[in-house]
Amino acid sequence: MNKDVAIIGVGQTAFVRSYPGAVREMVFEAFAEAVRDAGITPREIGASLVCSAPEYDKQRSPAGMVAEYLGLNPQPTFVLENICASGTTGVRVAYSLIKAGLHDIVAVIGFQKMSELSSAESQERMGRGADIMWEAPFGTMMPAYYAMHARAHFAKYGTTEEDLALVRVKASRYGALNDRAVFRKEVTKEQCLSAGVVASPLKVYDCCANADGASCLILANAVRAKEISEKPVWILGLGAASASMNLTGRDSLEGLEVTRLAAREAYQMAGLSPRDIDVAEVHDCFTIAELLAYEDLGFAEPGKGTDLLRAGETQIGGRIPVNVDGGLLSKGHPIGATGGSQVRTIVLQLRGEAGPMQVPGAEVGLVQNIGGVGIYSNVIILGR
Amino acid sequence: MGFEKFGHKSYTALTKVAGFVDRLVQGELFATRCSGCGRIYFPPRADCAGCLGSAMQWEKIPEKGKLVSFTRVNYAPAGFEADVPYTLALVDFGEVKVFGRLGSTVAEDEIKVGMELKPLVVTLPDGQLTYEFVLGNHKA
Ligand SMILES: [Zn+2]
Repeated sequence: MNKDVAIIGVGQTAFVRSYPGAVREMVFEAFAEAVRDAGITPREIGASLVCSAPEYDKQRSPAGMVAEYLGLNPQPTFVLENICASGTTGVRVAYSLIKAGLHDIVAVIGFQKMSELSSAESQERMGRGADIMWEAPFGTMMPAYYAMHARAHFAKYGTTEEDLALVRVKASRYGALNDRAVFRKEVTKEQCLSAGVVASPLKVYDCCANADGASCLILANAVRAKEISEKPVWILGLGAASASMNLTGRDSLEGLEVTRLAAREAYQMAGLSPRDIDVAEVHDCFTIAELLAYEDLGFAEPGKGTDLLRAGETQIGGRIPVNVDGGLLSKGHPIGATGGSQVRTIVLQLRGEAGPMQVPGAEVGLVQNIGGVGIYSNVIILGR
Repeated sequence: MGFEKFGHKSYTALTKVAGFVDRLVQGELFATRCSGCGRIYFPPRADCAGCLGSAMQWEKIPEKGKLVSFTRVNYAPAGFEADVPYTLALVDFGEVKVFGRLGSTVAEDEIKVGMELKPLVVTLPDGQLTYEFVLGNHKA
């Protein structure tokens, strides 16, 4: 099994509606927590990778500002962007820098301060994360694209709006336990079903909340990880893929091919199969996205994700607990910080430090992080 | 005619496939087909990613397509607020799929995945050109 690169430190701000400070200060919070968690000093960090979707940033080239404020000069720093998948792309690049021997320790820093834009402005920017020549002129936005995936899944497999509500009810139950989540209320199936329609069949509670937040991961090579950390969490497998940005280029809408490809690569590298996963964090920017992920990651056969959900198998105590930190739906989705937050959740799970959200005895965890509507996908398998 | 004339709100003015808009003016929706390897593209492209050729021919989108999926949007991004509600759709025309809006003549309760639709070019009140999908028996 690959035990060449480990995660030795994790940090995250609370995800909030509006962070009461500047981007650099928000990032500092997550960074300081991760560095303390790792038990190192900033001087030991060989490079910093800054993950952010630039359309939300007023600061041009934020890596320069972040590295300065965090005391990471003169080490190299740069920005990585894959929209919502930026954070896990950071992990992939950090892994390669370390494996190549260029650096022993690398920090992956993700952030987004979305509160500086109105919701409509933010949807317009996200809409331009699809094809601006041929799709955006029709008035597209993220909920609409995922709604079309949902409608296709409904038509082919008989999935219902109630199934989607079950995803949100589960997310809200765990979000209520997570002191870093933006949405901490429990919601009922009835509340979900009676909420206003955003883009049919998706309603208000089917959509994750915009949030401000930052996350930070510290990665190290095997020698340093063993020296520094009592509980290193190893990167066992990595997979990544891309797909046609324009929906017209997708073979089908009932799943995301990009996740199937990334997952196959990650399982293969780790020498593991979906049955070996004890806990997973999947990209539930919308309820339907979690259902698609069950199937695309091989936790269920195509069309059978609803069986898993209805039987409670994706809750703590079930066969494969998914998003037991509230997911993007309840925890919030500050674009560049999301991937790092997902990885942090799995690291805490594998260390046995997830508190009320702990999956007992979890040894192998999986993260799936999507950019745009299935344009980019990263799958990461982590183990103790 | 410039490509900025395409769509409810265009983000692109200059493109080698601006001839698409000239064809919309004629009331017709076109794809491009690569003269080198025969691949067909919608959205239209000036260049073929299959053979790296750039010799393309315009080819009309067929009259009969099938609805792959749709969504009725009640909440619009900035710049589209006046349009809501509208229905976005993906339609399969066999060799190509086309993304766009459903025409308002298609009643909400008759929209079904798999239903037959055809493209219709429309001129918007502000003079912008676009296309939408309407029932096969729609008379202009
Ligand atoms: Zn060709």
